[in-house]
Amino acid sequence: MSTGPSGAGELKFRDPARARELTTAIARLVEELGRAPVTLMHVCGTHEQAIARFGLRASLPAALRVIMGPGCPVCVTDLGEVDEGVALALQGVRIATYGDMLKLPGSSKSLADAQAEGARVEVVYSATQAVELARTSDEPVVFFASGFETTAVTTAAIVLSGPPANFSVLSAHKYVPPAMEAVARLPEARVEGFLAAGHAAVITGYGLFEDFARRHRTPVVVAGFEPLDILAALVKLLEMIRHGEHGVANAYPRCVTREGNRRAQESLWRVFEAVDGPWRGIGVIPDGNLQLRKEWAALDARHRFRIDVSGLQQAAQSELSRRCLCGKIMVGLVEPTDCPLFGRECLPDSPVGACMVSSEGTCKIWHQYGGRPDLGGTA
Amino acid sequence: MSDGRIAQKHGAGGPAMRALIESVFVTGLGPVGAGLSAMDDGAAIPVGDRFLVLTTDSYVIKPLFFPGGDIGRLAICGTINDLSMMGATEPLGLTCAVIIEAGFAIADLERIRDSMRVACAEAGATIVTGDTKVMGRGELDGMVINTAGVAFASTVVPDSGLRVGDRIIVTGSVGDHGFAVMAVRHKLQLEGALASDVAPLNGLVRTALAAGGDRISAMKDPTRGGLSSTLHEMAAKGHVGIVLDEASLPVRPEVRAASELLGIDPLHVANEGKAVIGVRADAADGVLQALQAHALGRDAAIVGTCVAERPGSVILDTGFGRRLLAEPEGELLPRIC
Repeated sequence: MSTGPSGAGELKFRDPARARELTTAIARLVEELGRAPVTLMHVCGTHEQAIARFGLRASLPAALRVIMGPGCPVCVTDLGEVDEGVALALQGVRIATYGDMLKLPGSSKSLADAQAEGARVEVVYSATQAVELARTSDEPVVFFASGFETTAVTTAAIVLSGPPANFSVLSAHKYVPPAMEAVARLPEARVEGFLAAGHAAVITGYGLFEDFARRHRTPVVVAGFEPLDILAALVKLLEMIRHGEHGVANAYPRCVTREGNRRAQESLWRVFEAVDGPWRGIGVIPDGNLQLRKEWAALDARHRFRIDVSGLQQAAQSELSRRCLCGKIMVGLVEPTDCPLFGRECLPDSPVGACMVSSEGTCKIWHQYGGRPDLGGTA
Repeated sequence: MSDGRIAQKHGAGGPAMRALIESVFVTGLGPVGAGLSAMDDGAAIPVGDRFLVLTTDSYVIKPLFFPGGDIGRLAICGTINDLSMMGATEPLGLTCAVIIEAGFAIADLERIRDSMRVACAEAGATIVTGDTKVMGRGELDGMVINTAGVAFASTVVPDSGLRVGDRIIVTGSVGDHGFAVMAVRHKLQLEGALASDVAPLNGLVRTALAAGGDRISAMKDPTRGGLSSTLHEMAAKGHVGIVLDEASLPVRPEVRAASELLGIDPLHVANEGKAVIGVRADAADGVLQALQAHALGRDAAIVGTCVAERPGSVILDTGFGRRLLAEPEGELLPRIC
């Protein structure tokens, strides 16, 4: 969803007449491709928000599938990572974290459960707020940080700014490009093209995807978040597929450059390194986790504290969570409406899987915008 | 009632509240007259060739004073509006019962009384009887007001009368009350121009009925649960689908800004001075013009059409595509809360 009040600048990207031209072009291109389905993937909750909010899928041809991949950083936060946060909280350490992390299920408990048992878990809206919390306290404060590289940059900035000695970071930050690799390698996914998230590309630059596109012979288009941005990017992606191009196109030139924000990249990689790590529901993603570099060990909660998660891990998986399809939903193999729990046992108030917890999760977004995107016959 | 206890969602105006009322009261109270079993805004009791419309409502709101009104104005307007939505626009009398927490400032009580008097004057209504109780500190939060109202209607306008082809009119901007209250409740410091729309609608409804007569098929005021809940209920009771045209929905810029900031849909929050009116297509323009000529209906707009597809659903046409509109569940919490 767009942020901030609507202004004239934004309205330019919300013109229904222009949208109709683009959807006509999309229909023509899909017809020219002459096969069904054509599957395109985006990897960003904000894209899914816009697609669902504006009902874009209902204006796309039936032969075109636009699916969401692993685009929700909270959803892919592994059980083990949640367990670490919960264990620290239950050990009496004050935890600061983003609101979406609160209800995320761990092996047996969420941070909200820990909170209910008396642990101190505070919701913050920025890394800066977490540092403020530490500044006004004498006790240790651990910032349980989640998010993709866009958010990791803000954590890096805090680390570099010399936070107070009682502050440390428990990083659950994830790095998107390796996850795109993993999905592209799934034979059953059959993704013919990717939309890359515009805000991440503002930092990383679109050049980052060039090697990926070449190796997988799959075009990538960087897209913004207004309905017209997304539709224009889909047109571009289909044109590239149609002409057999395997490069990277920038459909968000008002914000994204090939190089990206060099300073932000430098601070990101000065603080973090990419390491192999498990993503919930998906498995180990090589280079998928962002971990604090050794030189920042003093600020790394995993070095500062002995985190004992052994007491949390014995719980057997519940009957409900065994039926949850989040793992398959997150790599785009099935849709929320394919899950027997969606909108029934699994609701935003009582989520079973991670995809219903986070505002970036596919299931939560679908539920928020009416439950199913395909309105079929309603002309 | 998953765990046998009342939760906040049972009072939020959505599916959980309807299920609670149906399971506990409608089926459990034995034989009931027109009104309760239909779960309409009030009861219609046949008296001669007319109907005596009777309605009651209890008012709790935090804070008691908010931009655009207070609990007193709300308690008068809410009951006047419930009568009006049944087609009963000439209130014969209102009752007013207050339960007050010990320690409540008498000056505040007088302020609330004054605003009740103003609202009554606007509606042409009088409070004819009342009751006052005091409870101990902490036994309730400030005060609770209950009002009831009676009025005659020659024909009752139900909320179930929508038919395929009918147009849906809203009488003005949506979301004003909900966001004004939320902004002060959560100290969001974006009050600015946000103000509740709380107002008595009997004059406006009289205007609509005069212009539309029996071509008006259904009416309901989109209070708790907002326009979305109201349209879902009207669609379900009328066995129609409703296609809502987002571009024609009146939403004030300050409400839109607050909505995008908080991540809460203006269609999900309460209005206290708006009506949703279903009109047969041939009378829609006439009713709209009459509404727009009234001070409380200047921003009225035709926002939707009833269709045969997907009965009980509300389909939002965004201008870019279409999707189903979700019904709000539970308490609306701003994402920055």
